[in-house]
Amino acid sequence: MLEYALIFWAGGSVIKIHEYQSKELLANFGVPVPKGRVASSPEEVAEICRELGGTAVVKAQVYAGGRGKAGGVKLVNSPEEGVEYARGLLGTRLVTVQTGPEGVPVQRVLVEEPAQVERELYLALTVDRSAQGPVFIASAAGGMEIEEVAETQPEAIAREGVDIAVGLQAFQARRIARGLGLDAGQQRSAARIMAAMYKLFMERDLTLIEINPLVVSKDGSLVAVDAKVSLEDDALFRNKDFSDWRDPEQETPLEVEASEYGIAYVKLDGSVGCLVNGAGLAMATMDLVRGAGATPANFLDVGGGADEAKVAKAVNIMLSDPDVESILVNIFGGILRSDIVARGIVRAYDETKSEIPLTIRLQGVQVDEARAVLDESGLQVSFAETLLDVEARLAESLG
Amino acid sequence: MSILVDENTRVLVQGITGREGSFHATRCMEYGTNVVAGVTPGRGGSVFNDSVPVFDSVEEAANETGATVSLLFVPAPFAQDAMIEAADAGIGLIVCIAEGVPVLDSARVLRYLEGRGSRLLGPNCPGLISPTGKCKVGIMPGHIHQAGRVGVVSRSGTLTYEAVSQLSALGLGQSTCVGIGGDPLIGTNFVDVLELFNEDPDTDAVVMIGEIGGSMEQEAAQFIKENFAKPVVSFIAGATAPPGKRMGHAGAIITGSDATAEAKNEALRDAGAHVVPSPGLIGAVMKEALS
Repeated sequence: MLEYALIFWAGGSVIKIHEYQSKELLANFGVPVPKGRVASSPEEVAEICRELGGTAVVKAQVYAGGRGKAGGVKLVNSPEEGVEYARGLLGTRLVTVQTGPEGVPVQRVLVEEPAQVERELYLALTVDRSAQGPVFIASAAGGMEIEEVAETQPEAIAREGVDIAVGLQAFQARRIARGLGLDAGQQRSAARIMAAMYKLFMERDLTLIEINPLVVSKDGSLVAVDAKVSLEDDALFRNKDFSDWRDPEQETPLEVEASEYGIAYVKLDGSVGCLVNGAGLAMATMDLVRGAGATPANFLDVGGGADEAKVAKAVNIMLSDPDVESILVNIFGGILRSDIVARGIVRAYDETKSEIPLTIRLQGVQVDEARAVLDESGLQVSFAETLLDVEARLAESLG
Repeated sequence: MSILVDENTRVLVQGITGREGSFHATRCMEYGTNVVAGVTPGRGGSVFNDSVPVFDSVEEAANETGATVSLLFVPAPFAQDAMIEAADAGIGLIVCIAEGVPVLDSARVLRYLEGRGSRLLGPNCPGLISPTGKCKVGIMPGHIHQAGRVGVVSRSGTLTYEAVSQLSALGLGQSTCVGIGGDPLIGTNFVDVLELFNEDPDTDAVVMIGEIGGSMEQEAAQFIKENFAKPVVSFIAGATAPPGKRMGHAGAIITGSDATAEAKNEALRDAGAHVVPSPGLIGAVMKEALS
């Protein structure tokens, strides 16, 4: 729920990358990660297993979490076992608690040396709203979902805010390390890891580095056994190489298409397609749809500066969603002219010859022109004046 | 009377010669805003719309014209520099419209503003408007507003226009409408604006529009409970955003379960606010609260 909520507030969106890419970034900045490599064929898996001495952990590279329980992670004891496992995994779709029933494609696996686990810790760096800057989050209860730890033993989570004007100070890193119950040598290693994380975070405009678990090995060394890094979409202009890191295969196809056109779109499981301008009004429109007893098929914010082509694209995206049974347009035009919205809608319906029923509520400038465009088009449109009208129309259509 | 701006406010526009800047500066002037200067580095010495002098720097513009408020139409990649330039020049109220300012840039700006006399509104906000004071410093459509005694504060743009048009349709005019912005890090929060409305003798009641994420609405609820004497009508957008996609964001853990609309509504109800169940009823509930 909470994680879902974050789709909306950030204004821009977060770009996810794979575990192997996250680890590559971390390693480049000096965070120790397990020995290993990414592979996209069973033969490569065998080769890496041999390099690692036979035994290895093979991990499906997918954006969705919960892959361990879904059979996407395995300890193999020989190259042959590695090949067999990789054959059954590569090219298939993995269904986890975080994916839909359709799952996500597995095209790569990460093959790594198994960790010799003494203890599992949690260490993350993100930007906190209330602290208005970067904050480290640490817990001795690593290896489990941090949300779960927050729920059951919130006192086990420590936070350390960093003053962005001066950066992470050594005493802060020591404080976090002491709180994790590490010995003197391990504290030094942990402090080095935190310094590296902070440097990476600031230099590459990250929104999240999450190392879980950060393993204390039997020999006392620390290693980032699983890691997740998120990049900030809004900072791509100064991290141009990141655009190539994206794996669109892992994302919902309609969401990828929408993002290419600068449309904020999130696929939901209902049947009323919603075309709205502004994130707040888009959320409120979803609330309204639910309030009327119907279910929204999507969150869609077409933005303030949309033109006819962008509106048409947005309508096209909704029309190509097989779950959409009707479309609701709710536009409060300040800058966005109503007649442009109308033309975009008509264009999309013309192109697709769709007969999906439309409810339209347009407020703002050029509303009369918009009505004329829609009347001329011959589309079957139910017009609503106010949000209460919209609610009533939705309730009506449900019978 | 109104809060933050009125007919005497001297406004400068950073990025006035750009496409958006010139469009919106013109709309603001049509509304009655006293736009006294524009700033575009390299375009100093020119005149905008035959009446507004353009300067190369905010410092020069402020010194020459006495501007105290800056409206920024600077693209997101350059917004950090523009905001800090305005603060450096001693501008009292900086309004940043840009969407997509990198969050670490915002963090640096907010840190820079600490201890200085400048207030930042936004980023990613529609700005503010005082229908009573005939002053619009933002991108909202001026014509939907009406002078009156209801204050509006919101994290959203178009949803605020929606609320304002409901109020106006019922004859409930507005004293000042403030869009605080939809970004996770913003310069002015609900409590800051509520404090100002509390002290404004010409504001009788407040519409507060929040949304899911963060805990700013709970802080507002706490303030309302302890200090706010006027009726508050609140709506939180996103109540039906279902669970599903994991964003893998540790930020959620910090604010905990406060991020949901349910938790925010609960806190506001407990503080005595009139929590609106449907976004279509914001005006109607305010009318009832005032009667």
